[in-house]
Amino acid sequence: MSKRNSLLSINNLKVSIAEKIIISGLNLTINHGEVHAIMGPNGSGKSTLAKTLAGHPECNIHAGSINYLGTKIIDLSVEERANKGIFLGFQYPIEIPGLSNTAFLKAALNAQRKSQGDEEITAVDFLKELKHNAEVIGMDQAFLNRGVNEGFSGGEKKRNEILQMMMLKPRLSILDETDSGLDIDAMKTVANGLNSMRKKDSSFLLITHYDRLLGYIKPDFVHVLSKGRIIQSGDSTLANKLEEKGYEWLTKTK
Amino acid sequence: MQPTNKNKSNPEIEKHIDQSYKYGFVTDIESETIPPGLDEDVIRLISSKKNEPDFLLEWRLKAFRHWLKMKPPMWAQLRIEDIDFQSISYFSQPKSKNAPKSLDEVDPDLLLTYEKLGIPLHERAKLAGVAVDAVFDSVSVTTTFKEKLAEAGVIFCSFSEAVKEHPDLIKQYLGKVVPYRDNFYAALNAAVFSDGSFVYIPKGVRCPMELSTYFRINEAKTGQFERTLIIADEGSHVSYLEGCTAPMRDENQLHAAVVELIALDDAEIKYSTVQNWYPGDEEGKGGIYNFVTKRGDCRGKNSKISWTQIETGSAITWKYPSCILRGDNSVGEFYSIALTNHYQQADTGTKMVHLGKNTKSKVISKGISAGHAQNSYRGLISVSKNAEHSRNYTQCDSLLIGGECGAHTFPSMEIHNSSTTLAHEATTSKVADEQLFYCRQRGIEEEDAIALIVSGFCKEVLNELPMEFAVEARALLQVNLEGAVG
Repeated sequence: MSKRNSLLSINNLKVSIAEKIIISGLNLTINHGEVHAIMGPNGSGKSTLAKTLAGHPECNIHAGSINYLGTKIIDLSVEERANKGIFLGFQYPIEIPGLSNTAFLKAALNAQRKSQGDEEITAVDFLKELKHNAEVIGMDQAFLNRGVNEGFSGGEKKRNEILQMMMLKPRLSILDETDSGLDIDAMKTVANGLNSMRKKDSSFLLITHYDRLLGYIKPDFVHVLSKGRIIQSGDSTLANKLEEKGYEWLTKTK
Repeated sequence: MQPTNKNKSNPEIEKHIDQSYKYGFVTDIESETIPPGLDEDVIRLISSKKNEPDFLLEWRLKAFRHWLKMKPPMWAQLRIEDIDFQSISYFSQPKSKNAPKSLDEVDPDLLLTYEKLGIPLHERAKLAGVAVDAVFDSVSVTTTFKEKLAEAGVIFCSFSEAVKEHPDLIKQYLGKVVPYRDNFYAALNAAVFSDGSFVYIPKGVRCPMELSTYFRINEAKTGQFERTLIIADEGSHVSYLEGCTAPMRDENQLHAAVVELIALDDAEIKYSTVQNWYPGDEEGKGGIYNFVTKRGDCRGKNSKISWTQIETGSAITWKYPSCILRGDNSVGEFYSIALTNHYQQADTGTKMVHLGKNTKSKVISKGISAGHAQNSYRGLISVSKNAEHSRNYTQCDSLLIGGECGAHTFPSMEIHNSSTTLAHEATTSKVADEQLFYCRQRGIEEEDAIALIVSGFCKEVLNELPMEFAVEARALLQVNLEGAVG
């Protein structure tokens, strides 16, 4: 299962939240530089998978293993995983009133650097990069000094997630329904940000309901999740098929 | 396989707790401390040790006689062990033959103490151009930058020195804003106060640097009773900061201070406090009992007094820095952060008394509770019949960390003029698990995440602090939050 250049490999994963089994025997391998999309109906376990990978305390792992960069990460803390390059783009990004976006991002970036034994980023370098990235995704500079997600619209919050991702340069970005609540223009800018990072060592796990986003970012693999398991995998044409036929033809044959 | 839940939000931060109060050391220095107990002879002794003029001794004695008839205030939301006022020593001073005339004559151990506290007294080691008065136990050790301030006509010295050098000013202003009859602790302070700081800014002078006083309790079983008096003459401006620390001890120690501010026409006083007395241990043992009366008199028209306080220390905090808005168009402000952790208790707030026309006041209070702590805001907005077109804005926010702590607000208003404009906002929120998860997912450790969330919550108040102290205050909040989650 673990190929030489595998970034993430999940084997027979079983997860419950509040005593309810959500993920029941999931297998998935993502190699360096690959873009995977996970689709599936509501309640199939997509968000739980994302939270489990990030180490959310409410996700109880009953069985299976998660290997990331050659190490088992189930016992690692949330921040340790983050500092190893796992990024979760939240479905509902939370507000932190009064704490400026800039200060928050700088703290995050420096935490990452500290974990790698690097020195703190200089204020000048930081601001330069921040402004550049904000431009790429079309975010107004004024947002940078506002409280983290404070009073942001749904779309602004999602853009902010992408901005954070671009600043932190994760190896693996898990984007949980980043496309929902976005209009076409916002979707394009988000895709811009994402495509700008889509290089050799950046991998993506896109969790999505629809194939709208996938029109802008062509995935290498598409997986269909149902009742906590992957029931079908294929290339990007699978997404189109799902769009035409819905999920039923898959879940019925199961 | 057993369900694993390794990432639960209770890391081993307990171990940090012991390190959290870094000012807990004791300086081994020879002191002259009078035996515990309080009667008129003790007051005479204090007064004679300081060679005070008769008027001051008389005033002390009147205060003492009045104090004997008073009882400690019981109305606050505080659980306080009975204090045995006879078991406290009311005067302690570092032993030296004579009062030091310059810094070179100050005991090196004392200088080292202040170095350890991060307060360099050597004028060469300029603290970003801040003049410092250092009060060690009961007496002022040294005041820096005196000459430079004198050039501008600013008087900045210890209270004792002011009594000797400027008795007329003391006579004119002492006890005029906080009379000894005001309350139990103000009366006690008037009877036994030992030292403190004195500031006079002459007409039209903008004080050329920040002034600050660092208070340090060192001796065991002593109380600290200092008095600060600041007079800003017409059209003058001053920014003043006080900081406080004490060693870690198992018994509670009493600190009862009085601060009086007077702003004449068009004058402005900005008074900032970073209070970090020893808060007691994580079980609630020891710590300073902090009973403080602070009041500013906006006596002149267009005058302004602004209080900013960062209250992170003390086992018990009881203080209500207030403004009497006497002059027409005068402005009073109160910006407060009160952080309580473990078993700390704070009952703090302000009184804004509008007497003059077109007077304005603003109250921003941020209470943070963690552990088993209790944190109360108590405020009074009073508008008299003649205070036409007065305005008040009050914002009172509480933040809870964990489920064992409490936050309370007791706002009250007495409005006797119908042209008054009032606005009051209050919120209570919790540091949500999802906020912590969000921060941690970005690589930020839990304790740092809490500090960031708290600093965001406190932003409006931290912005009021002079630049060089805002950094210190942020760090202090972080240190005092250690062990807040678990």
